[in-house]
Amino acid sequence: MIEPDDTDRAILRALARDAGQSAGALGRRLGLSQPATWRRIRRLQEAGVITGRVLDLDKEKLGFGVTVFLGVKLATKGRISLEDFERAVTAIPEVQTVEHVLGMYDYRLRVTARDLADFERVLRRRLMTLPGVGNVEANVLLSEERRPGPLG
Amino acid sequence: MLDDLDRRILRHLQRDPALSVPELADRLGQSAPRLTRRLEKLQSGGILRGQRAVIDWRALGYEVEVSLRVTLDKTQTRAFDDFLEGARGIPEVLEIQTFLGRVDVRLSVIARDIAHYQHIYRRKILTLPHIADIEALMHVARIKSDEVLPI
Repeated sequence: MIEPDDTDRAILRALARDAGQSAGALGRRLGLSQPATWRRIRRLQEAGVITGRVLDLDKEKLGFGVTVFLGVKLATKGRISLEDFERAVTAIPEVQTVEHVLGMYDYRLRVTARDLADFERVLRRRLMTLPGVGNVEANVLLSEERRPGPLG
Repeated sequence: MLDDLDRRILRHLQRDPALSVPELADRLGQSAPRLTRRLEKLQSGGILRGQRAVIDWRALGYEVEVSLRVTLDKTQTRAFDDFLEGARGIPEVLEIQTFLGRVDVRLSVIARDIAHYQHIYRRKILTLPHIADIEALMHVARIKSDEVLPI
């Protein structure tokens, strides 16, 4: 674990918004030289604070009009069933994220689909047939905001 | 409308957003100028909005992540507005999502440890307006997290 200073936090805030900007451009805004900015970014990557990048795509324009979050309870448990379920669920292309959670559900899935009819197809053919699936709760995403987090 | 090359570009970039234009051109068997024009078209069309860095909060000392599923008191006409405005003011809230379903709002909250979480939950979350019910899911592990669209 590293303890970031104010400059590190400013770099993280900026890159979480726009990871495409160059170290030079970012440094100019923060009053740092290009090499100094680059060294700090490298250190944050090496410490595992910055783990990578994701593309910011307009999913509606790409034809993915529906995002549904599913809470899944497994009917049977045990090490084997967890591994079987995880292997099978991560292989489904429409399943974007899989989180193992504790509480009233065992897994939380983010599922993308073209529309509700397409979601129903994915749900019936692919998700309900997964090994060990018990109770499933679906909530359709209406809006989503990502916050900068405690970097202030 | 997207053609086959656009889709291939987006598939490659989703898997590896840090790819440079020459690297990407090489992988797709295209010239760099042609690829640059395509990327500009995807950007100006608002399809490719940019890219963001992924932060691992655990590496910054935030060991606890909780998903709070909130039901609001919808007899209050400003329930959503007031609640969301309050939630935006809590630094430890990483994501705010609204839903159609049994859950109205979901907050993703991080904390340094359980004691810190309890503090945030009691002092900041439970004091948010118009809450009818809250359920918590404690995050154990991320099995898949690339958020790739099946283009």
